[in-house]
Amino acid sequence: MSNPNSGTIDLAEEFLGRRTPMQRIQVTLHRYPYLSPLVVLIVALIIFTLINPRFVLPGNLSFITQQTVVIGTLAIAQTLIILTAGIDLSIGAIMVFGQMVMANLAITAASNATNFGLPPWLAITIGICASILAGAINGFLIVKLSLPPFIVTLGTLSVFTALTLILFKARTIQGPEMPDLLKVMGVAIKIGSFQLMVGVIVMLVLFAIFTYVLRMTSWGTHIYAVGDDPQAAELSGISTKRVLFSVYVVAGFITGIGAWIYIGRTGAASPNADPSINLDTITAVVIGGTSLFGGRGTLIGTLLGAFIVVVVENGLALAGLDQAYRVLAIGILVIAAVALDQWIRKVRA
Amino acid sequence: MSTQTLALDPLLTCRGLVKSFGHVIGLNGADLDLYPGEVLAVVGDNGAGKSTMIKCVAGALIPDTGEITLNGERKDFKRTQDARLQGIETVFQTLAVSPALDIASNLYLGRELRKPGVIGKVFRMLDKKRMRTEASQHLQDLGIGTVQSITQTVETLSGGQRQAVAVARAAVFGSKLIILDEPTAALGVRESARVLQLIKDLRDRGLPVILISHNMPQVFEVADRIHVQRLGRRAAVVTPQTHTMNDVVAIMTGAMTVDEKDQALGPVRSAN
Repeated sequence: MSNPNSGTIDLAEEFLGRRTPMQRIQVTLHRYPYLSPLVVLIVALIIFTLINPRFVLPGNLSFITQQTVVIGTLAIAQTLIILTAGIDLSIGAIMVFGQMVMANLAITAASNATNFGLPPWLAITIGICASILAGAINGFLIVKLSLPPFIVTLGTLSVFTALTLILFKARTIQGPEMPDLLKVMGVAIKIGSFQLMVGVIVMLVLFAIFTYVLRMTSWGTHIYAVGDDPQAAELSGISTKRVLFSVYVVAGFITGIGAWIYIGRTGAASPNADPSINLDTITAVVIGGTSLFGGRGTLIGTLLGAFIVVVVENGLALAGLDQAYRVLAIGILVIAAVALDQWIRKVRA
Repeated sequence: MSTQTLALDPLLTCRGLVKSFGHVIGLNGADLDLYPGEVLAVVGDNGAGKSTMIKCVAGALIPDTGEITLNGERKDFKRTQDARLQGIETVFQTLAVSPALDIASNLYLGRELRKPGVIGKVFRMLDKKRMRTEASQHLQDLGIGTVQSITQTVETLSGGQRQAVAVARAAVFGSKLIILDEPTAALGVRESARVLQLIKDLRDRGLPVILISHNMPQVFEVADRIHVQRLGRRAAVVTPQTHTMNDVVAIMTGAMTVDEKDQALGPVRSAN
């Protein structure tokens, strides 16, 4: 008898339900997609601490959480959208638009041309509503005109950016011009020498709420179903259009909260804020194990992904590496995450 | 020889359904009658409009013209949800299951159970535990509970198991009529036999079934009447007793036509 070739061994193993170690890893990652970002984050934390012990000082850790808060909040919205197999390139533009609405409505300084002087709570509410409206416009174009989300949001990225500049004259509103309520997200609560920003708490609460929504409500289940296989979802009686539209509206709401947090975090409202934030949120979501093809991913993963983006930047900076290397590292992480996702998707029991 | 017909009103009728997709005509004035408590097989060549017709009945397609009635009432289904609310459940050829969701979530997709009280009403919390227990109970009852765990995602199931999930979903929730489009296409011999038994069980429970199949022996085993579709319309309706498999194939291909008095246009099975 000749030796059976490896193919038949694999088949026999599959038949018996046994798995090779690699398959076991594949199945585990398939079931718990946030495990890979968790491992990456822990490894990164250990390495950066070994390179530079200053990395784990409370001051630096506070700084990391503050750096994460805006990316993290917007990444919640981005996760919901990517789970439906969509993408939002305009999310940063919506945030900037929202914060400029809030700040301009609230300021009372006589020097300003757009001097509304609305009560701060009203200015914030209108700012969030403006973000919701912007999200609804994205949703409308995607659902009613059946345009691909990539193209729609690429267009609205420019539209909202331009709108912000046209309406608010490209003027940065400084902290002292704004009432305190607009900056409340930046207030730090001291826990020993660790500083916990109010915005960070709000971000974590949003993560908790939307984790619940995704896991424990029909709407959450439908988001996964729509992203996974829209035809199947539609035939199962889900109104895919309604789900898609609502996701972009809710994403607008989260982005509006993100705008409020951004004002607190930077202590100012600038129309030229952070042009790279769109891509940073997508990076966080992808590194967090959410599939760009939709239907698969978790918010826990996204939170870890957002921290990874910031920790790698911060850690490499403390290690004395140039900015270019940090960008390089993030790029490699994104490609690795997507490659891992492709491999995980091939899993079959 | 003519078939003895019983005096019964049809549960479901389609009259003159027309559906075109651009230049392609899917249905060209198709009729269909389904009587209470019967298994109606729909057979036909590829492109005869079988799936298109049942998709109109299931609400997945809207016919250009024509009329569908259920219990004598005209129905204009705009979405599958409309048909489902009327108790019409369909297993589509594509199965319409969501691969990334687990079996229980798939079974209850679009009609999830919520927890009772404030938690369910205000916080919209799903009753996952109840859905899981009931789902596994349903699979057991239907004799297709060969899956390891009800929390397995559907993409980790074999083709046959996926089909079982889709069939189970229809069987559990169908209260008036169940449509099965090629339900045994991906199944092995034993699993096919179970699905055929399930169809008979459903009929014995009084639920009518529309079965689309290419498998003539299966059709002849379970069908009370056989609706033969050809070129987007009804060519004939016969019974396994009056016609042979060869006759049916001949009608499908147009090689044979059946005189209207020899057809089984009325019900042949008395609803019990």
